Amino acid sequence: MKQDDIRKSYDVIIIGGGATGAGVARDCSRRGLQVLLIERFDISTGATGRNHGLLHSGARYAVTDPESARECIEENKILRKIASHCVEETDGLFLSLPEDDIQYQALFVKACREAGIRADVIDPREALLLEPSANSAIIGAVRVPDGSVDPFRLTASNIIDAKDHGAKVLTYQEVTELLREQDRIVGVKVWDHKTKEKTTYYASVVVNAGGIWGHNIANLAGITINMLPAKGALLIFGHRVNNMVLNRCRKPADADILVPGDTISLIGTTSTQIPFEEIDHMLVTAKEVDLLLQEGEKLSPQLAQTRILRAYAGVRPLVASEDDPSGRTVSRGIVLLDHAVRDGLEGFITITGGKLMTYRLMAEWTTDLICKKLNVNAVCTTATEKLPGSRETTEVVEKKMISVPLAQRNSTIYRHGDRAEKLSDTSSLDTSLVCECEEVSVGEVKYALNELDVNNLVDLRRRTRVGMGTCQGELCACRAAGLMSSMHKYCTRRAKEDLASFLNERWKGMAPIAWGDTLRENEYIAWVYEGVCGLTLAQKQEE
Amino acid sequence: MNLQQHNISDNNFEQCIKCTVCTVYCPVAAVNPDYPGPKQAGPDGERLRLKRPDFYDEALKYCINCKRCEVACPSNVRIGDIIQMARIKYSKKKPKVRDFILANTDLVGTLSTPFAPVVNATLGLKPVKAILDGVMQIDHRRTFPKYAFGTFESWYKKQAEKQACFPQQVSYFHGCYVNYNNPPLGKDLVKVMNAMGVGVQLLKKEKCCGVALISNGFIHQAQKQAAQNISSIRESVVDKQIPVIATSSTCAFTIRDEYPHLLGIQNADVRDHIELATRYIYRLLSQKEIKLNFKKNTKIKVAYHTPCHLEKLGWAYYSIELLKLIPNIELTVLDSQCCGIAGTYGFKKENYKTSQNIGESLFKQIEACDIDYVVTDCETCKWQIEMSTSKPCEHPISILAKALEDRE
Repeated sequence: MKQDDIRKSYDVIIIGGGATGAGVARDCSRRGLQVLLIERFDISTGATGRNHGLLHSGARYAVTDPESARECIEENKILRKIASHCVEETDGLFLSLPEDDIQYQALFVKACREAGIRADVIDPREALLLEPSANSAIIGAVRVPDGSVDPFRLTASNIIDAKDHGAKVLTYQEVTELLREQDRIVGVKVWDHKTKEKTTYYASVVVNAGGIWGHNIANLAGITINMLPAKGALLIFGHRVNNMVLNRCRKPADADILVPGDTISLIGTTSTQIPFEEIDHMLVTAKEVDLLLQEGEKLSPQLAQTRILRAYAGVRPLVASEDDPSGRTVSRGIVLLDHAVRDGLEGFITITGGKLMTYRLMAEWTTDLICKKLNVNAVCTTATEKLPGSRETTEVVEKKMISVPLAQRNSTIYRHGDRAEKLSDTSSLDTSLVCECEEVSVGEVKYALNELDVNNLVDLRRRTRVGMGTCQGELCACRAAGLMSSMHKYCTRRAKEDLASFLNERWKGMAPIAWGDTLRENEYIAWVYEGVCGLTLAQKQEE
Repeated sequence: MNLQQHNISDNNFEQCIKCTVCTVYCPVAAVNPDYPGPKQAGPDGERLRLKRPDFYDEALKYCINCKRCEVACPSNVRIGDIIQMARIKYSKKKPKVRDFILANTDLVGTLSTPFAPVVNATLGLKPVKAILDGVMQIDHRRTFPKYAFGTFESWYKKQAEKQACFPQQVSYFHGCYVNYNNPPLGKDLVKVMNAMGVGVQLLKKEKCCGVALISNGFIHQAQKQAAQNISSIRESVVDKQIPVIATSSTCAFTIRDEYPHLLGIQNADVRDHIELATRYIYRLLSQKEIKLNFKKNTKIKVAYHTPCHLEKLGWAYYSIELLKLIPNIELTVLDSQCCGIAGTYGFKKENYKTSQNIGESLFKQIEACDIDYVVTDCETCKWQIEMSTSKPCEHPISILAKALEDRE
């Protein structure tokens, strides 16, 4: 362990590599600032990677929170343009079931239209033709411009663009101290989880974009932000059940959104307030699984006969404005705190609240404030400039990749947009598959390892979907670990440790729903890795 | 709520645990790198096609529908059915004129048999083969099954009265091959059945089982013919209480399994009464005291080849055990593997190489045997084996008929 005293100075240090942090890094770097982004684990490990992946139209908030609704529909339109490769334009339906008050529909449609959200009341029979998986008992349906968005790709694209504009990104480095000089934050002290070294970085402005963990980061400066950690659990089904987003047309409640995301469908969420001690160790309970299934089946009865792949939970970074234990009536509005104004502490900003949908707007507001503080006169371009991956149409990219096998070509373009072109010049080794469920090729893994800041198998999963298919790592994990090892990402011993921790991470999500074919498959995985390959999985779990 | 009993997937493809044993047993994946293999084409691909139909890969046409993947699968995934259903549902390729001719065995047979000597001679000519190859994409190296001069059905008409006299009756689904190409096999069946005191009837109306229509993409026609066949079979099984047998393992398999799985033609009420001739005979012999009158002092050396669809039916045992009853028979059971022809598949120019590569190890094994005949229950296996090896190939019923004393 050594102390690094070399002064490294930036205009802005951003703490947190979620969508918001990545968005701030992109915006700042595009406006010519020297940017350093610090993330304690991998990018999008927090709430960014643990939500529905719903491209809200804002309709869900139209009745209860018109301000959020307006923000959502604005950003919805922007994301379709700037992040087309992360977005699927599925549209959504708000369904009224026989037990729902049909009067609510009129209120809902009126509120949507006031917020600028297109909302078309359609005949339930037409709705069932559009989405055959919907509950056939519906008595009403409204079509809205919902969609799905992949938060991992969205964050990764923002990071790529930030780096293209000179930003520096550090992952697996944790801020342990905020350096204070009189009434000013001047830098951060960082602990490197890989090298076990401490480094100090200086900047004119430090941005706290740590989501729920921002509560602790603010504490480092002696500042209290009253946050409410609200846990939301979700279930992933093994394949796409629905091709349109399904919502309940009623006041937002538990488990009333079913989203088609890439190869799967997601039902969520629950909402439970949890103590801060639990935010790093969330487990989905049997009660939550129960609730998600019970409510989910009301939207789409065939969920009852569909294999569940995993369960997971995220924490909403809600800022308490009133004393509400459920955390639901709290506004999802954006909270931008200039601590110079709020607490008399210069050089420190907290950006929190909001939602995945409004990450770009949050970044814009934050960057506007930073520029004001630094006397920089530069306009925001993030609403018009397309993200890397979204700059060419799918048809154009397809033509360049015609030699790649069809399923693999479709999957890679879906994941990387025009960046997939990097995989167009392929040998037979490069087109052989690492992950068969999700069609991830050797070439794609190599690209991720070379260009997308991958340190371990879990990072690789976030960039490529390796291990996210129905086999949950059974066939791909060892192939990917082998590739990482041969590309000198780590040694054999580390490869084995990483393999074990990856498989245990997969099991964590399967454990709450481990029955039927999912359990059978997991037994097979354990047998292959422990019984045949001699990997020790149990021991690693205890660490 | 008892979740574990409540949430059970009824999606067959979700039972796959990705063990990949299906791909290990796939004869095509082993020789043709353009075919993604049953796991990827089947359960993996199904999941992607549910995401977006444009994940359908035309390479699925390389599947020969042998169902060996389903036999190998420890999780009861109907992999072959998933692949065939995907072809039916998503394929945008229109069948060619060639496919129409290959698929319509009934029509082509009806047109050919009256002119059999001319047709057979013409089809053997080099220039004709060259034209078929160039224009129709039917490979010139392929030999065609010979057409018979006169159909089995026309021969049977003269026997019908005599057959009706037997106390026990069975309905015979002869199939296109026996009708148009190999009436002697049908006659052999009648001989063997009569020797056991069983009379043979034909169905009220028999159409081609439709296997070639399915594999060439003519689904509506296949459904029409399947419905007609099932109605005739129902008349025999339900109304007259007469079971139905077939000599062709593929016809039997198609009627029993492909009708409900691929064509949506329900047959549950009659399915158990449709079986292979050798199984019917074996079961009859084990139930009744019947003495078969075998010729004395005949010696015969045969090797049995298990057709893929018979492997799927699980009935190769009956054919093999039946052959063992013949006195002085020397029987070798060949490794169960695909011969490569897969019905009309091997006739197509683009598949010829794959077809012959699949069968190569089988051909070698056959050539290494000192035998008089290869024996198999499938007609297309017979064509492939006779074309690709130096040995003649016969149906077990014909071998049995040869071994029986001719009764006056």
